[in-house]
Amino acid sequence: MHPAPSVILFSTLSGLGFGFLAFLGWGALLPSGWHAFFLWGLGYGLAVAGLLAATFHLGNPKNALKAFTQCRTSWLSREAWASVATLLILAPVALSDIFTLGLPRIIGQIGGTLAILTVFTTAMIYTQIKAVPRWHHWLTPVMFLTFAVAGGAMLAGMGLAPVLLLAVGAILWAVWRVGDKAFARAGQTMGTATGLDRLGVPSVLDPAHTAGNYLKREMIFVVGRKHAAKLRKIALALASVLPALVLLMPFGIWGIALAAILHLAGALAARWLFFAEAEHVVGLYYGARG
Amino acid sequence: MTSLPQSTEKRLGLVIDLDTCVGCQACVTACKGWNDGGIGLSDQDPYGADPSGTFLNRVHSYQVAIPDAPAQVVTFPRSCLHCDNAPCVTVCPTGASYKRAEDGIVLVNEDACIGCGLCAWACPYGAREMDAAQGVMKKCTLCVDRIYNETLPEEDREPACVRTCPTNARHFGDLADPESAVSQLVASRGGYDLMPDMGTKPTNKYLPPRKKGPGTASPLAPLLDIKATGIAGWLDRMLGKL
Repeated sequence: MHPAPSVILFSTLSGLGFGFLAFLGWGALLPSGWHAFFLWGLGYGLAVAGLLAATFHLGNPKNALKAFTQCRTSWLSREAWASVATLLILAPVALSDIFTLGLPRIIGQIGGTLAILTVFTTAMIYTQIKAVPRWHHWLTPVMFLTFAVAGGAMLAGMGLAPVLLLAVGAILWAVWRVGDKAFARAGQTMGTATGLDRLGVPSVLDPAHTAGNYLKREMIFVVGRKHAAKLRKIALALASVLPALVLLMPFGIWGIALAAILHLAGALAARWLFFAEAEHVVGLYYGARG
Repeated sequence: MTSLPQSTEKRLGLVIDLDTCVGCQACVTACKGWNDGGIGLSDQDPYGADPSGTFLNRVHSYQVAIPDAPAQVVTFPRSCLHCDNAPCVTVCPTGASYKRAEDGIVLVNEDACIGCGLCAWACPYGAREMDAAQGVMKKCTLCVDRIYNETLPEEDREPACVRTCPTNARHFGDLADPESAVSQLVASRGGYDLMPDMGTKPTNKYLPPRKKGPGTASPLAPLLDIKATGIAGWLDRMLGKL
């Protein structure tokens, strides 16, 4: 699948933002005044920047409001509702923290839970796609949720953050291990795609078209896969191991900032791989397993 | 609404005969020609160095290695299969993608499409292409603007690809009716679904190429084993010794 920068930025930034908002909503740390303004601003900034990046992926964004209409069947529509509901419900909690208005914490807890639910809906957009076997697995939402919770815990300065960051690494490893066999396990070949397996073993004679098209650009992405092994090591180090080590050092707030920058870079690498390594079964018609 | 209908009255679709298709691309051209009218299917750099465009129908060609028989070339048209369990419909966040309860045709309401591309991701068959100029999703409409169009002569009220096919490899009809010509064809020729394990329950069916007999030696083969005699034979021997 084509690793579009808009979608990579969207899922990485909003995942981190909603993860942090969950910790703020639940009252993991109870800031006030300018301190609260800065922390809530960071959470909202990341979440909203991510959502804005997502709109750049749309070919016809003027209809974006219609995306709220189909939550009965569509995970993308559910995500639209969950993200907007989270941002609206947490807004008074943020104001209450900043101006110490003493709003009941239960509102923050509802908003914080919705924030995690938002990340789950994002993950389900990919998980539901049966035609991309690497994504169609329960480890996909586990991976998105672990990233959000670990990133949120890291920004909130929780003592458990290094452990959660190491859990991100373990989940990434599991996702790659399972994912590498996913396409073969799905059992689709050029033979089943064309039905010519009942005759013999097909292979491409002439391409259907000599020039590129939307399908080849969007779903049969092969550029850069040779660097995948290196990128996996980089993603593992930056997203998981290094920020966990930095957080264990007595660097205080600067340690959190450094860990956050490392983790975000690693998360972007991991998310690039999530798209670039995902193979769509339509590639079978073109003789590409991907 | 992106909920799928429980069942549809008719199941209009295509039956494509891979035995008679010769891969002439006439269906591709007729499809593009008919659907290019009105809102259109855009092309990018059509006469330049890197042409690209939106098509609703593509014809692939494959060579099939068959054990103990000569290899076969199969040309393979690929377009929307108007699935009963269409994954492209349920993923749509705006309701632009829908399946008609009356005849089962899967359509896109372009006025509601946001161009997110999720329906194209959900389709295992690559039936949907985003129009690069309009930013909305395009797909086969089963020529819904022809098949019910009473201003057209009756023989033209079928999809443009079917109307144009010079070898009659494409058939259009109601696959819910077991008595229809297309259903009879599917029954008699062993029509099949593409990637049935994907759970999409396609309406369109493909008829397999008939098995060819064993390869026979060319009638010209004896002529290949020529022995030179007479002067030519003497020359052949002498030149061979040089």
